[in-house]
Amino acid sequence: MIAAEGLEKRFPGFTLRVPHLRAKPGRVLAVLGPSGAGKSTLLMLLSGLLPPDAGTITREGPAVYLDQHPYLLERSVLENAAFGLRLKGVPRARAREAALTWLSRVGLEALAPRPARGLSGGERVRLALARALATEPKTLLLDEPTANLDPANVARVEALIREEKARGRAIVLVTHNLFQAKRLADRALFLLGGEVVEEGPAPAFFNSPKDPRTRAFLSGEMVW
Amino acid sequence: MNELVEITLRSLFVSGSATLLAALFGFPLGLWLGARGQPQRLAASLLYAGMGLPPVVVGLFFYFLLSRSGPLGSLGLLYTVPGMILAESVLAFPLIAGFAMAGVAAKADAVRRLVKSLGGSELQVHLTLLAESRRVVVAALAAGFGAVISEVGAVTIVGGDIRHATRVLTTAVVIETRKGELERAAALGAVLLGVTLLITAILVLFGEREAR
Repeated sequence: MIAAEGLEKRFPGFTLRVPHLRAKPGRVLAVLGPSGAGKSTLLMLLSGLLPPDAGTITREGPAVYLDQHPYLLERSVLENAAFGLRLKGVPRARAREAALTWLSRVGLEALAPRPARGLSGGERVRLALARALATEPKTLLLDEPTANLDPANVARVEALIREEKARGRAIVLVTHNLFQAKRLADRALFLLGGEVVEEGPAPAFFNSPKDPRTRAFLSGEMVW
Repeated sequence: MNELVEITLRSLFVSGSATLLAALFGFPLGLWLGARGQPQRLAASLLYAGMGLPPVVVGLFFYFLLSRSGPLGSLGLLYTVPGMILAESVLAFPLIAGFAMAGVAAKADAVRRLVKSLGGSELQVHLTLLAESRRVVVAALAAGFGAVISEVGAVTIVGGDIRHATRVLTTAVVIETRKGELERAAALGAVLLGVTLLITAILVLFGEREAR
């Protein structure tokens, strides 16, 4: 579980304010909004990569942030998957064994000895997911994990997200894909210009949004 | 033939030692500056300006420094191989530090984000950055080595091109050309090119190795 209260982050000309946010175990919270709304900043605050200027964040267990352009180390696929565990001091042999299990879950075990830099876009995201999941985080913070992926890879990544949700992980998913948000989310939050416009259970959010700006956004109008 | 081997080995020794000496100080500085992601403008400007240091000016500086009346004259390093190594290392230093800084800075933010997001410490950020900079290290070493093995100004002034003592491939090419021994000069030039390519290829192969 991850929760935030009175969260604020100020930049020159832009302030992100999130009065209240909660991502529960076994649930997906979709964060929606146009580019520049503060979605990635919110994830980085929740992960601890950015310090807030005000407010509190409560994390029950580790939260792992997955970048929309995940950095892959200049090492093999297996070494990349084992990297998070190695950072935690897990012995090399055990880390590699666990990493192999995760690689097989994301369908990359056959590529384990190959250099990670040669992977396709979809494989890179799946490897980054395996690397993150190998550390057994309680919360996954996913920043547009399927951006620029083909439908087959989108389906694979979404299946993984569903599996991890079923395993009890709290998931915060930033996405520009409204259909994906509808398919995966239990709750949704709409950010616009750094402010939370609306937040609520996914069915109500998508079927009967209260705020006119949310309605406009969901109907495909240009809002910013 | 024996003299050619002697000159080639001396060139390799002088250039290799100067590159290593410059790397000893240049890498830590470059890594430190680059690890911040946004290197300080003054430091970056100084290093980039240093990449264009004229070898003859460096040679002249060391000549004054090491000549009998100079501040380090008592060391007796003028017209010696160690003196040449010192001058060459000054030429290689900004190249190695600058390449390291630019290469590390390009990766610093992404590596920091990855390590921190997986719960790693600041020390682990730096260790990972160091490990990820293998190609940068290779590029910096190749640039430094290539610059010093091919320069002629500083080694001539500081080394004096003394036969069987401080003559290296570049100074030998100059001497043979002046004597009109063009075939010999061309042969020495070919050896110089071959040695530079060989060392660079070895470095690149080393840098291409992926951790399994």
